[in-house]
Amino acid sequence: MTILASLLKRDLGRFLPGTSSGGTMLPLLFFLAVAMLYPFAVGPNPTLLAATGGGVIWVAALLAAILPLDRLLASDVHEGFFDQWALRGISEEVVVAVRLLAHWLSFGPFIMLAALPASALVGIDGETLRIVELGLLAGTPGLAAIGIIIAAITVGLRSGGAALSGLLVIPLAVPLLIFGAGALSTGGDGGLALTAAISLLLVAIAPFAGGAAIRAAREG
Amino acid sequence: MEPFRLAARDIACRRGDRLLFARLSLALEAGQALQVSGANGIGKSSLIRILAGLARPFDGTVERAGTIGLLDERPALDNDQPLGKALSFWTALDREAAPLEQLGIASLLDVPVRYLSTGQRKRAALARLIGQQADIWLLDEPLNGLDVDAVKLCEELVAQHCAGGGIAVIASHQRFDLPGMSTLSLAEYAL
Repeated sequence: MTILASLLKRDLGRFLPGTSSGGTMLPLLFFLAVAMLYPFAVGPNPTLLAATGGGVIWVAALLAAILPLDRLLASDVHEGFFDQWALRGISEEVVVAVRLLAHWLSFGPFIMLAALPASALVGIDGETLRIVELGLLAGTPGLAAIGIIIAAITVGLRSGGAALSGLLVIPLAVPLLIFGAGALSTGGDGGLALTAAISLLLVAIAPFAGGAAIRAAREG
Repeated sequence: MEPFRLAARDIACRRGDRLLFARLSLALEAGQALQVSGANGIGKSSLIRILAGLARPFDGTVERAGTIGLLDERPALDNDQPLGKALSFWTALDREAAPLEQLGIASLLDVPVRYLSTGQRKRAALARLIGQQADIWLLDEPLNGLDVDAVKLCEELVAQHCAGGGIAVIASHQRFDLPGMSTLSLAEYAL
Protein backbone atom coordinates (compact mmCIF):
# COMPACT_ATOMS: atom_id res chain seq x y z
CA MET A 1 0.00 0.00 0.00
CA THR A 2 2.78 2.44 0.84
CA ILE A 3 4.26 1.74 -2.58
CA LEU A 4 0.99 2.57 -4.33
CA ALA A 5 0.57 5.69 -2.19
CA SER A 6 4.12 6.87 -2.95
CA LEU A 7 3.67 6.30 -6.67
CA LEU A 8 0.29 8.05 -6.75
CA LYS A 9 1.60 10.99 -4.74
CA ARG A 10 4.50 11.49 -7.15
CA ASP A 11 2.27 11.11 -10.22
CA LEU A 12 -0.35 13.55 -8.96
CA GLY A 13 2.40 16.03 -8.08
CA ARG A 14 3.56 15.85 -11.68
CA PHE A 15 0.22 15.83 -13.50
CA LEU A 16 -2.41 17.73 -11.50
CA PRO A 17 -3.07 21.14 -13.06
CA GLY A 18 -1.46 24.00 -11.17
CA THR A 19 1.02 21.94 -9.15
CA SER A 20 4.49 23.35 -8.78
CA SER A 21 6.35 20.90 -10.98
CA GLY A 22 5.06 21.14 -14.48
CA GLY A 23 1.42 20.08 -14.08
CA THR A 24 -0.32 22.45 -16.42
CA MET A 25 -3.69 24.03 -17.13
CA LEU A 26 -2.92 23.93 -20.83
CA PRO A 27 -5.24 21.02 -21.82
CA LEU A 28 -8.12 22.73 -19.99
CA LEU A 29 -7.49 26.08 -21.63
CA PHE A 30 -7.22 24.30 -24.96
CA PHE A 31 -10.57 22.61 -24.30
CA LEU A 32 -12.21 25.96 -23.49
CA ALA A 33 -10.55 27.61 -26.48
CA VAL A 34 -12.09 25.09 -28.87
CA ALA A 35 -15.53 25.62 -27.31
CA MET A 36 -15.03 29.39 -27.55
CA LEU A 37 -13.87 29.36 -31.19
CA TYR A 38 -16.68 27.15 -32.42
CA PRO A 39 -19.50 29.77 -32.36
CA PHE A 40 -17.21 32.23 -34.15
CA ALA A 41 -16.58 29.66 -36.87
CA VAL A 42 -20.16 28.49 -37.52
CA GLY A 43 -21.95 31.74 -36.76
CA PRO A 44 -24.36 32.69 -33.98
CA ASN A 45 -27.30 30.55 -35.12
CA PRO A 46 -28.80 29.28 -31.81
CA THR A 47 -30.52 26.23 -33.33
CA LEU A 48 -27.38 25.07 -35.10
CA LEU A 49 -25.23 25.65 -32.01
CA ALA A 50 -27.64 23.83 -29.71
CA ALA A 51 -27.82 20.88 -32.09
CA THR A 52 -24.06 20.50 -32.55
CA GLY A 53 -22.63 21.96 -29.32
CA GLY A 54 -22.55 18.69 -27.39
CA GLY A 55 -20.57 16.99 -30.13
CA VAL A 56 -18.08 19.84 -30.20
CA ILE A 57 -17.51 19.48 -26.46
CA TRP A 58 -16.74 15.80 -27.05
CA VAL A 59 -14.25 16.54 -29.81
CA ALA A 60 -12.62 19.21 -27.65
CA ALA A 61 -12.33 16.76 -24.75
CA LEU A 62 -10.72 14.17 -27.00
CA LEU A 63 -8.17 16.66 -28.35
CA ALA A 64 -7.40 17.95 -24.85
CA ALA A 65 -6.73 14.38 -23.70
CA ILE A 66 -4.03 14.04 -26.36
CA LEU A 67 -1.98 17.03 -25.15
CA PRO A 68 -0.31 15.49 -22.06
CA LEU A 69 0.55 12.15 -23.72
CA ASP A 70 4.25 12.76 -24.37
CA ARG A 71 4.84 13.53 -20.68
CA LEU A 72 3.02 10.46 -19.37
CA LEU A 73 5.64 7.70 -19.49
CA ALA A 74 8.55 8.52 -21.79
CA SER A 75 10.63 10.57 -19.35
CA ASP A 76 10.38 7.90 -16.63
CA VAL A 77 11.63 5.28 -19.06
CA HIS A 78 14.52 7.42 -20.35
CA GLU A 79 15.59 8.54 -16.89
CA GLY A 80 15.75 5.01 -15.54
CA PHE A 81 12.78 5.08 -13.16
CA PHE A 82 11.22 1.96 -14.63
CA ASP A 83 14.52 0.06 -14.31
CA GLN A 84 14.82 1.04 -10.66
CA TRP A 85 11.20 0.04 -9.99
CA ALA A 86 11.74 -3.30 -11.72
CA LEU A 87 14.78 -4.01 -9.50
CA ARG A 88 12.62 -3.32 -6.44
CA GLY A 89 10.02 -5.80 -7.63
CA ILE A 90 7.46 -3.12 -8.54
CA SER A 91 6.01 -4.33 -11.82
CA GLU A 92 5.38 -2.13 -14.83
CA GLU A 93 1.70 -3.05 -14.64
CA VAL A 94 1.36 -1.57 -11.15
CA VAL A 95 3.14 1.64 -12.16
CA VAL A 96 1.02 1.98 -15.29
CA ALA A 97 -2.23 1.33 -13.37
CA VAL A 98 -1.34 4.05 -10.86
CA ARG A 99 -0.29 6.35 -13.70
CA LEU A 100 -3.66 5.75 -15.39
CA LEU A 101 -5.49 6.78 -12.25
CA ALA A 102 -3.32 9.90 -11.84
CA HIS A 103 -3.71 10.82 -15.51
CA TRP A 104 -7.49 10.51 -15.34
CA LEU A 105 -7.69 12.46 -12.06
CA SER A 106 -5.66 15.26 -13.57
CA PHE A 107 -7.88 15.76 -16.61
CA GLY A 108 -11.22 13.90 -16.31
CA PRO A 109 -12.84 15.82 -13.46
CA PHE A 110 -11.38 19.11 -14.70
CA ILE A 111 -12.77 18.58 -18.21
CA MET A 112 -16.17 17.87 -16.64
CA LEU A 113 -15.92 21.13 -14.70
CA ALA A 114 -14.76 23.04 -17.77
CA ALA A 115 -17.71 21.58 -19.70
CA LEU A 116 -19.98 23.89 -17.66
CA PRO A 117 -18.61 27.16 -19.06
CA ALA A 118 -18.10 25.43 -22.40
CA SER A 119 -21.80 24.54 -22.54
CA ALA A 120 -22.66 28.20 -22.09
CA LEU A 121 -20.22 29.14 -24.89
CA VAL A 122 -21.81 26.75 -27.38
CA GLY A 123 -25.29 27.40 -26.06
CA ILE A 124 -26.62 23.93 -25.24
CA ASP A 125 -29.56 23.41 -22.87
CA GLY A 126 -29.61 21.78 -19.45
CA GLU A 127 -30.76 18.34 -20.56
CA THR A 128 -28.04 18.13 -23.25
CA LEU A 129 -25.47 19.28 -20.70
CA ARG A 130 -26.58 16.50 -18.36
CA ILE A 131 -26.01 13.89 -21.07
CA VAL A 132 -22.65 15.44 -22.00
CA GLU A 133 -21.50 15.38 -18.37
CA LEU A 134 -22.61 11.77 -17.87
CA GLY A 135 -20.99 10.82 -21.15
CA LEU A 136 -17.73 12.49 -20.15
CA LEU A 137 -17.84 10.72 -16.79
CA ALA A 138 -18.26 7.42 -18.60
CA GLY A 139 -15.88 8.19 -21.46
CA THR A 140 -12.89 10.04 -20.01
CA PRO A 141 -11.49 6.97 -18.16
CA GLY A 142 -11.46 5.22 -21.54
CA LEU A 143 -9.74 8.20 -23.15
CA ALA A 144 -7.15 8.14 -20.35
CA ALA A 145 -6.62 4.40 -20.87
CA ILE A 146 -6.12 4.82 -24.62
CA GLY A 147 -3.68 7.63 -23.88
CA ILE A 148 -1.65 5.45 -21.49
CA ILE A 149 -1.51 2.54 -23.95
CA ILE A 150 -0.38 4.78 -26.81
CA ALA A 151 2.14 6.58 -24.59
CA ALA A 152 3.61 3.20 -23.60
CA ILE A 153 3.80 1.95 -27.18
CA THR A 154 5.51 5.12 -28.44
CA VAL A 155 7.89 5.26 -25.48
CA GLY A 156 10.91 4.26 -27.55
CA LEU A 157 10.45 7.08 -30.06
CA ARG A 158 12.61 9.99 -29.07
CA SER A 159 11.42 12.53 -31.59
CA GLY A 160 8.06 12.88 -33.23
CA GLY A 161 6.50 10.65 -30.57
CA ALA A 162 4.03 13.32 -29.47
CA ALA A 163 2.53 13.92 -32.90
CA LEU A 164 2.44 10.22 -33.71
CA SER A 165 0.73 9.30 -30.44
CA GLY A 166 -1.88 11.96 -31.12
CA LEU A 167 -2.61 10.39 -34.48
CA LEU A 168 -2.74 6.88 -33.00
CA VAL A 169 -5.24 7.88 -30.30
CA ILE A 170 -7.83 9.10 -32.77
CA PRO A 171 -8.90 5.79 -34.39
CA LEU A 172 -8.99 4.06 -31.00
CA ALA A 173 -11.13 6.83 -29.56
CA VAL A 174 -13.74 6.64 -32.34
CA PRO A 175 -15.96 4.04 -30.56
CA LEU A 176 -16.03 6.18 -27.40
CA LEU A 177 -16.93 9.21 -29.48
CA ILE A 178 -19.64 7.38 -31.44
CA PHE A 179 -21.45 6.15 -28.34
CA GLY A 180 -20.64 9.05 -26.04
CA ALA A 181 -21.65 11.78 -28.47
CA GLY A 182 -24.25 9.50 -30.02
CA ALA A 183 -26.14 9.45 -26.72
CA LEU A 184 -26.83 13.14 -27.39
CA SER A 185 -28.90 12.53 -30.53
CA THR A 186 -30.73 9.43 -29.28
CA GLY A 187 -31.18 10.94 -25.83
CA GLY A 188 -31.10 7.45 -24.40
CA ASP A 189 -29.06 5.78 -21.71
CA GLY A 190 -28.01 3.01 -24.09
CA GLY A 191 -25.21 5.10 -25.58
CA LEU A 192 -23.96 6.09 -22.14
CA ALA A 193 -23.96 2.47 -21.01
CA LEU A 194 -22.00 1.40 -24.07
CA THR A 195 -19.52 4.24 -23.53
CA ALA A 196 -19.03 3.09 -19.95
CA ALA A 197 -18.60 -0.51 -21.10
CA ILE A 198 -15.91 0.42 -23.64
CA SER A 199 -14.22 2.58 -20.99
CA LEU A 200 -14.15 -0.26 -18.47
CA LEU A 201 -12.71 -2.63 -21.03
CA LEU A 202 -9.97 -0.15 -21.97
CA VAL A 203 -9.17 0.58 -18.32
CA ALA A 204 -8.87 -3.17 -17.66
CA ILE A 205 -6.54 -3.72 -20.62
CA ALA A 206 -4.37 -0.60 -20.22
CA PRO A 207 -2.06 -1.69 -17.34
CA PHE A 208 -1.20 -4.98 -19.06
CA ALA A 209 -0.80 -3.55 -22.55
CA GLY A 210 1.21 -0.62 -21.20
CA GLY A 211 3.40 -2.82 -18.99
CA ALA A 212 4.16 -5.20 -21.85
CA ALA A 213 5.00 -2.29 -24.16
CA ILE A 214 7.43 -0.79 -21.65
CA ARG A 215 9.17 -4.15 -21.11
CA ALA A 216 9.44 -4.63 -24.86
CA ALA A 217 11.03 -1.18 -25.21
CA ARG A 218 13.57 -2.09 -22.50
CA GLU A 219 14.62 -5.34 -24.17
CA GLY A 220 14.96 -3.71 -27.57
CA MET B 1 20.25 -15.26 6.32
CA GLU B 2 20.56 -16.72 2.88
CA PRO B 3 24.05 -16.21 1.40
CA PHE B 4 24.10 -13.76 -1.47
CA ARG B 5 25.31 -15.00 -4.79
CA LEU B 6 25.59 -13.79 -8.34
CA ALA B 7 26.57 -16.22 -11.05
CA ALA B 8 26.48 -16.18 -14.82
CA ARG B 9 27.07 -19.21 -16.97
CA ASP B 10 28.14 -19.05 -20.61
CA ILE B 11 26.28 -15.85 -21.33
CA ALA B 12 26.41 -14.16 -24.70
CA CYS B 13 25.17 -10.68 -25.53
CA ARG B 14 23.80 -9.43 -28.80
CA ARG B 15 23.14 -5.80 -29.69
CA GLY B 16 21.27 -5.43 -32.95
CA ASP B 17 22.78 -8.06 -35.21
CA ARG B 18 26.23 -7.91 -33.62
CA LEU B 19 27.41 -10.43 -31.03
CA LEU B 20 29.34 -8.39 -28.45
CA PHE B 21 30.71 -11.19 -26.28
CA ALA B 22 30.08 -14.88 -25.69
CA ARG B 23 30.90 -17.79 -23.35
CA LEU B 24 31.31 -15.45 -20.40
CA SER B 25 30.99 -17.07 -16.98
CA LEU B 26 31.43 -15.55 -13.57
CA ALA B 27 30.53 -16.43 -10.00
CA LEU B 28 30.56 -14.08 -7.03
CA GLU B 29 29.96 -15.06 -3.42
CA ALA B 30 29.09 -12.81 -0.48
CA GLY B 31 31.75 -10.17 0.14
CA GLN B 32 33.36 -10.40 -3.28
CA ALA B 33 33.82 -7.59 -5.78
CA LEU B 34 34.58 -7.71 -9.48
CA GLN B 35 35.71 -5.02 -11.86
CA VAL B 36 34.67 -5.45 -15.48
CA SER B 37 37.05 -3.55 -17.71
CA GLY B 38 37.25 -3.00 -21.42
CA ALA B 39 37.20 -0.37 -24.12
CA ASN B 40 34.15 1.75 -24.97
CA GLY B 41 31.42 -0.16 -26.74
CA ILE B 42 32.70 -3.58 -25.77
CA GLY B 43 29.53 -4.37 -23.83
CA LYS B 44 30.20 -3.41 -20.20
CA SER B 45 26.85 -1.70 -19.75
CA SER B 46 25.06 -4.51 -21.57
CA LEU B 47 26.66 -7.02 -19.22
CA ILE B 48 25.53 -4.99 -16.21
CA ARG B 49 21.97 -4.87 -17.53
CA ILE B 50 22.02 -8.62 -18.18
CA LEU B 51 23.31 -9.28 -14.65
CA ALA B 52 20.58 -7.00 -13.29
CA GLY B 53 17.93 -8.95 -15.16
CA LEU B 54 16.85 -5.89 -17.15
CA ALA B 55 18.02 -7.42 -20.43
CA ARG B 56 17.89 -11.02 -21.54
CA PRO B 57 21.18 -12.66 -22.45
CA PHE B 58 21.33 -13.94 -26.02
CA ASP B 59 22.54 -17.23 -24.59
CA GLY B 60 23.32 -18.64 -21.14
CA THR B 61 21.82 -18.15 -17.70
CA VAL B 62 22.20 -15.76 -14.78
CA GLU B 63 21.49 -16.73 -11.17
CA ARG B 64 20.89 -14.15 -8.48
CA ALA B 65 20.38 -14.66 -4.77
CA GLY B 66 19.84 -11.28 -3.16
CA THR B 67 18.33 -7.93 -4.04
CA ILE B 68 19.89 -5.92 -6.86
CA GLY B 69 20.92 -2.28 -6.72
CA LEU B 70 21.79 -0.56 -9.98
CA LEU B 71 23.75 2.64 -10.47
CA ASP B 72 24.13 3.80 -14.06
CA GLU B 73 24.37 7.08 -15.91
CA ARG B 74 20.72 7.87 -15.16
CA PRO B 75 20.15 8.93 -11.54
CA ALA B 76 16.36 8.29 -11.71
CA LEU B 77 15.65 11.53 -9.83
CA ASP B 78 12.94 13.97 -10.87
CA ASN B 79 14.66 16.80 -12.74
CA ASP B 80 12.23 19.53 -11.73
CA GLN B 81 12.06 18.57 -8.05
CA PRO B 82 14.44 19.81 -5.37
CA LEU B 83 17.01 17.12 -4.59
CA GLY B 84 15.57 16.48 -1.12
CA LYS B 85 12.10 15.75 -2.49
CA ALA B 86 13.45 13.67 -5.37
CA LEU B 87 15.45 11.52 -2.95
CA SER B 88 12.58 11.25 -0.47
CA PHE B 89 10.49 9.52 -3.14
CA TRP B 90 13.00 6.65 -3.10
CA THR B 91 13.37 6.85 0.68
CA ALA B 92 9.63 6.27 0.97
CA LEU B 93 9.88 3.16 -1.24
CA ASP B 94 13.06 1.82 0.37
CA ARG B 95 12.25 2.90 3.94
CA GLU B 96 15.88 3.76 4.57
CA ALA B 97 17.48 7.18 4.77
CA ALA B 98 20.62 7.85 2.77
CA PRO B 99 23.81 9.26 4.38
CA LEU B 100 23.61 12.72 2.83
CA GLU B 101 26.31 14.30 5.02
CA GLN B 102 28.84 11.63 4.12
CA LEU B 103 28.18 12.14 0.40
CA GLY B 104 28.48 15.90 0.65
CA ILE B 105 25.03 16.66 -0.73
CA ALA B 106 23.29 17.68 2.49
CA SER B 107 23.57 21.36 1.52
CA LEU B 108 22.02 20.77 -1.91
CA LEU B 109 18.63 19.49 -0.80
CA ASP B 110 16.76 22.65 -1.91
CA VAL B 111 18.40 22.73 -5.33
CA PRO B 112 16.34 21.37 -8.23
CA VAL B 113 17.97 18.25 -9.66
CA ARG B 114 18.34 19.81 -13.12
CA TYR B 115 20.72 22.47 -11.72
CA LEU B 116 23.09 19.86 -10.24
CA SER B 117 26.41 19.10 -11.88
CA THR B 118 27.26 15.66 -13.25
CA GLY B 119 29.27 14.80 -10.16
CA GLN B 120 26.57 16.03 -7.78
CA ARG B 121 23.99 13.93 -9.60
CA LYS B 122 26.28 10.93 -9.28
CA ARG B 123 26.63 11.56 -5.55
CA ALA B 124 22.83 11.79 -5.27
CA ALA B 125 22.47 8.52 -7.19
CA LEU B 126 24.95 6.92 -4.79
CA ALA B 127 22.76 8.14 -1.92
CA ARG B 128 19.77 6.46 -3.56
CA LEU B 129 21.76 3.26 -4.00
CA ILE B 130 22.87 3.17 -0.38
CA GLY B 131 19.34 3.88 0.82
CA GLN B 132 18.11 0.91 -1.17
CA GLN B 133 20.22 -1.44 0.99
CA ALA B 134 20.52 -3.94 -1.83
CA ASP B 135 22.67 -7.03 -1.45
CA ILE B 136 24.23 -6.95 -4.92
CA TRP B 137 25.51 -3.65 -6.28
CA LEU B 138 25.85 -3.31 -10.02
CA LEU B 139 27.73 -0.12 -10.80
CA ASP B 140 28.01 1.10 -14.38
CA GLU B 141 30.83 3.67 -14.66
CA PRO B 142 30.37 4.83 -11.06
CA LEU B 143 33.37 7.18 -11.21
CA ASN B 144 32.22 9.25 -14.19
CA GLY B 145 32.10 12.90 -13.22
CA LEU B 146 33.29 12.36 -9.66
CA ASP B 147 36.13 14.45 -8.26
CA VAL B 148 39.16 12.98 -6.47
CA ASP B 149 37.54 13.05 -3.02
CA ALA B 150 34.32 11.51 -4.28
CA VAL B 151 36.22 8.76 -6.10
CA LYS B 152 37.87 7.86 -2.80
CA LEU B 153 34.51 8.01 -1.05
CA CYS B 154 32.90 5.78 -3.67
CA GLU B 155 35.71 3.23 -3.30
CA GLU B 156 35.26 3.31 0.48
CA LEU B 157 31.50 2.81 0.18
CA VAL B 158 31.96 -0.22 -2.04
CA ALA B 159 34.59 -1.60 0.36
CA GLN B 160 32.14 -1.15 3.27
CA HIS B 161 29.39 -2.82 1.25
CA CYS B 162 31.57 -5.86 0.55
CA ALA B 163 32.87 -5.98 4.13
CA GLY B 164 29.24 -6.21 5.19
CA GLY B 165 28.79 -9.30 3.04
CA GLY B 166 27.54 -7.59 -0.09
CA ILE B 167 28.53 -8.28 -3.67
CA ALA B 168 29.67 -5.57 -6.08
CA VAL B 169 30.26 -5.58 -9.81
CA ILE B 170 31.92 -2.43 -11.13
CA ALA B 171 31.97 -1.80 -14.85
CA SER B 172 34.52 0.89 -15.49
CA HIS B 173 37.42 1.70 -17.78
CA GLN B 174 38.87 3.78 -14.97
CA ARG B 175 41.07 2.54 -12.15
CA PHE B 176 39.00 1.43 -9.16
CA ASP B 177 41.02 0.80 -6.01
CA LEU B 178 39.55 -1.91 -3.87
CA PRO B 179 41.60 -4.46 -1.95
CA GLY B 180 40.81 -8.05 -2.83
CA MET B 181 38.85 -7.15 -5.96
CA SER B 182 39.09 -9.49 -8.94
CA THR B 183 39.02 -8.19 -12.48
CA LEU B 184 37.45 -9.42 -15.66
CA SER B 185 38.65 -8.11 -18.97
CA LEU B 186 35.74 -8.19 -21.36
CA ALA B 187 38.07 -8.10 -24.36
CA GLU B 188 38.91 -11.78 -23.75
CA TYR B 189 35.32 -12.75 -24.49
CA ALA B 190 34.73 -10.36 -27.35
CA LEU B 191 34.10 -11.73 -30.81
